Amino acid sequence: MIYVLAIFLPLVGATIAGLFGPWLKDKGAQFVTCGAMLLSAIFSLIILNEVALRHEPQTIQMFSWIISGGFEVDWALRFDTLTAVMLVVVTVVSCAVHFYSIGYMHHDPSVPRFFAYLSLFTFFMLMLVTSNNFLQLFFGWEGVGLASYLLIGFWYEKPSANAAAIKAFLVNRVGDFGFALGILGVFLLYGSVDFDTVFNATPAKAAATMEFLGGEWHALTVLCLLLFVGAMGKSAQLGLHTWLPDAMEGPTPVSALIHAATMVTAGVFMVARLSPMFEFAPFALNVVCVVGASTAFFAATVGLCQNDIKRVIAYSTCSQLGYMFFACGVSAYAAGIFHLFTHAFFKALLFLGAGSVIHAMSSEQDMRNMGGIWRLIPLTYTMMWIGSLALAGLPFFAGFYSKDMILESAFAADSGVGTYAFWMGMIAAIMTAFYSWRLLFMTFHGEPRADEKTMAHVHESPKVMTIPLIVLAMGALFAGYAGYDAFVGDGMNAFWGKAILVLPTHTAIVDAHHVPLWVKVAPIVVGLIGIALAYYMYIARTDLPAKVAARFRKVYLFLYNKWYFDELYDRLFVRPAKYIGQGLWKEGDGTMIDGLGPDGITAVVRNLAGRVSQLQSGYVYHYAFAMLIGVAGLVTLYLYTQG
Amino acid sequence: MSDFPILSLVTFLPLVGALFILIIRGDEEVVARNSRNTALWTSLITFFLSLMLWIDFDRKTAAFQLVEKHPWIESFGINYHMGVDGISVLFVLLSTLLTPICILASWEAIKVRVREYMIAFLVLETLMVGMFCALDFVLFYIFFEGVLIPMFLIIGVWGGQRRVYAAFKFFLYTLTGSVLMLLAILAIYLQAGTTDLPTLLKYALPANIQYWLWLAFFASFAVKVPMWPVHTWLPDAHVEAPTAGSVILAGVLLKMGAYGFLRFSVPMLPVATDFFTPMVFGLSIIAVIYTSLVALVQLDMKKLIAYSSVAHMGFVTLGIFTLNQQGVTGAIYQMLSHGIVSAALFLCVGVIYDRMHTRDIERYGGLVERMPVYAFFFMVFMLASVGLPGTGGFVGEILVLVGLFQVSTWAATLAATGVILGAAYMLWLYRRVIFGKLTKDDLKSIMDMNRREVAVFTPLLVLTILMGVYPGPFLEIIEVSVANLVDQHKTAMIAINALSVAGQ
Repeated sequence: MIYVLAIFLPLVGATIAGLFGPWLKDKGAQFVTCGAMLLSAIFSLIILNEVALRHEPQTIQMFSWIISGGFEVDWALRFDTLTAVMLVVVTVVSCAVHFYSIGYMHHDPSVPRFFAYLSLFTFFMLMLVTSNNFLQLFFGWEGVGLASYLLIGFWYEKPSANAAAIKAFLVNRVGDFGFALGILGVFLLYGSVDFDTVFNATPAKAAATMEFLGGEWHALTVLCLLLFVGAMGKSAQLGLHTWLPDAMEGPTPVSALIHAATMVTAGVFMVARLSPMFEFAPFALNVVCVVGASTAFFAATVGLCQNDIKRVIAYSTCSQLGYMFFACGVSAYAAGIFHLFTHAFFKALLFLGAGSVIHAMSSEQDMRNMGGIWRLIPLTYTMMWIGSLALAGLPFFAGFYSKDMILESAFAADSGVGTYAFWMGMIAAIMTAFYSWRLLFMTFHGEPRADEKTMAHVHESPKVMTIPLIVLAMGALFAGYAGYDAFVGDGMNAFWGKAILVLPTHTAIVDAHHVPLWVKVAPIVVGLIGIALAYYMYIARTDLPAKVAARFRKVYLFLYNKWYFDELYDRLFVRPAKYIGQGLWKEGDGTMIDGLGPDGITAVVRNLAGRVSQLQSGYVYHYAFAMLIGVAGLVTLYLYTQG
Repeated sequence: MSDFPILSLVTFLPLVGALFILIIRGDEEVVARNSRNTALWTSLITFFLSLMLWIDFDRKTAAFQLVEKHPWIESFGINYHMGVDGISVLFVLLSTLLTPICILASWEAIKVRVREYMIAFLVLETLMVGMFCALDFVLFYIFFEGVLIPMFLIIGVWGGQRRVYAAFKFFLYTLTGSVLMLLAILAIYLQAGTTDLPTLLKYALPANIQYWLWLAFFASFAVKVPMWPVHTWLPDAHVEAPTAGSVILAGVLLKMGAYGFLRFSVPMLPVATDFFTPMVFGLSIIAVIYTSLVALVQLDMKKLIAYSSVAHMGFVTLGIFTLNQQGVTGAIYQMLSHGIVSAALFLCVGVIYDRMHTRDIERYGGLVERMPVYAFFFMVFMLASVGLPGTGGFVGEILVLVGLFQVSTWAATLAATGVILGAAYMLWLYRRVIFGKLTKDDLKSIMDMNRREVAVFTPLLVLTILMGVYPGPFLEIIEVSVANLVDQHKTAMIAINALSVAGQ
């Protein structure tokens, strides 16, 4: 029972808050949704204990969804270790964000709507992680996309928020296009979209081929690549990442929940969930690895130059997702999920901390207008330090365990793509440390750059906001240490059970425990270098950043403008689509079809009849007349043939 | 119970109501009020009566059910023959559901010639229901073509400013098609000597004339669907039609063409169907992509939704011609859900049109501030149109794609791009109308939906979600008849191939 409740309580909360918001008022809506979320989080912890620690995975069939011919899909909830881990991540972070929002959204005029959206998102996310077939996964997948769309555009008066919301939905749709084709292909190959059926049949299909777009390909490679396109969209990987930074238009708690801790990690979850398929598609795995590694590098470079506090963290998220993907790409799924787990805590912490800063600075987000406030908001400052230390992967913080594991796995994979990923990951690690401390220094240290009125207002956030921060900080401090053994250490096999499949020949994660010492130490060293560099540039020699930017102006602009992806896509897709649409409408429908068809004939008729008005009144009669002639003709012919 | 002429009752009850309205006497206001009430009650009773079809329908057989057969024009061998199967029965229900909704939606919007308007709608209902039940070619033809007369009047009399042009276009396209269909019916009649549909379904027409017959039917049905490039009447007709006219047009009349394919072209002309499938795929894919792109740049709300309808119907024709279980089922399901969703979308436009008397997207913006309830309903239907999982739109679309992928990965891939474009134009529309700052002065006093309007939308909303989350009961009805259709097509093709091998 608690299994079902854990999933559906957020939906109940969302429905009540959404439909009865005007009557419940802010307090009522908050009580319902936060209460439901808290229960859901408690139940999830119980589920984690039963499923993962006591090894009792189970599946709950609810009722059938679509049945047509052999295409049979059920609504079902699947609980295995992978699901249980995700459940805990989602519900705990969501719960923290719900409570934090009580304080953060305090002044907003539509609080019930906000909480309804948050809970609705959580429900879809839970449906996603508990799905037992591809189609329900897709349901949750698109559902979280919808919730994300609603929340990014929550402040609907802002044109930029609306634009960002649509962009997020559409870019995700491009990914989902691949995902959907993947599902169709899975059905064609297996005759089922049920996870267990598909996974059990996969070894037998390892060599199967299928026709796709005119070519004959290795079936599993095609399917995995198509599905991975979906993962790229949702997890903002290189090429389909453009929506994530813009998504920061949404309220900050949303960024923390959806665009850092949960939804964006759905792609990683998907690849891990489908490990029984990806394992038999080595080429697809290589692609995952290269895309992940490239994203880790790319996003970190852009993060170096951004001035908006939330955008820096957004690019950092994008980059960290890249780490998770290349871990999966070298078959170290467990390491990827481990990083997903720890990242959820420290990244949500960073976002909520940033939110606390923004809250204190009267909605200022530009770091160039901050500085010198660390004494004024010491608790937030401490939280940001903890989050940054965890992100940079310094010893004994959560990120240290998971990120090192990923880098070591990539090294141990001992393959071309693995080595590429390892070095990309290393370079990204320096940059990660650098931009994290750049953020800390610019935001909290130096001379205050805000105006006096704002500075006078700077205040620590209320308890309802700081307590969730502290809860997440506990995660950022201890999740790595506590989870290491079970996730990627000796307890690994028992912990994951059958939730993740790794072929015996793919040994990266096992070998990762035996890499040379320098590989183990290097991530810490590069982290420290990054921090030192940031200190040098933003505390010691504050004139340097401007000089560097001026000296390498082209590079700086390239990075500042995010490698010009938005401009490129605008030229390649957005404008042509509108241009072609306009052309087809005016020229195609107007000049060609209508011109040759009805309008052309009208012109002729007009010439003959001269008076259009008369024609109009005649239509019905003409029509009836034509019909009568028809019937008469029928009868005549009938009689003729009979006679 | 089996002798009870339920189909005839459902078909002709609206006509009885129309007669009642005809004899109403009194001054104009009394007539208008009584006409509205009579029409509403007639259509509601018809709807509840039609629910008996849902109960009585035997889901386990593909044969025609609730059959009524009486000699009609005996000397010509034409029967009054009615019956439904899994393909048609849900369309009967769709028609009887949408009619009362249309009448409610016209409650305040129609102020002149209310009596005639209501009569037109009730007659329209009779003809629509009759068309889906008819099992005799002549009977079918009369209903099929007759439907257009009240529709024509609704656009022509109660339409917008350019109704002359729209009605003319409508007329020209349909006339061309129907003349050809008539010829095809004659030819079949000459060949088989009967107009009885169940008999004809078992009759194997010679392959060489199938191609011509198929094209003749195609001319008529393609216009009705409408398929590219004979779709240009639709945006104009929609724009000029009154709200309820658009609702019926999009909800039911657009399904007539596709129904024609399923009822006649596919089962009776298997060889030609196989032969022309690539062409249908081509035209449908063009329709999906082309009209989606065109929808993207529309400035008029109704035109945008009209173009989106063409794109959605492209999915339907794709599904039908996959000729496999999922594809055809998906096509029928897509028609049903589109019938509800597009109807609801046109009603959504109607709600604000009634208030502001403009359909220009430009003239709106920020409505959510004054109309949160409206924004909610519009959002749900917008998402259903986009095919979000959990709404009726998704089930049809995914089934069509599942069916299509088995036949052609190219077609499936290209069709799926329509899903991206569909999201683009709908979200863009929604944003411009509902979101943003409410700055225009005349919008500042706009009222949210009233109780009558909520009553109109609620059943549609419930159905949209139900069809998305629990489509089982609907699919169950469709299943056996579609399986039969698909099997028969396969059997026919095998027989014909064997024949041609033997002939060589």
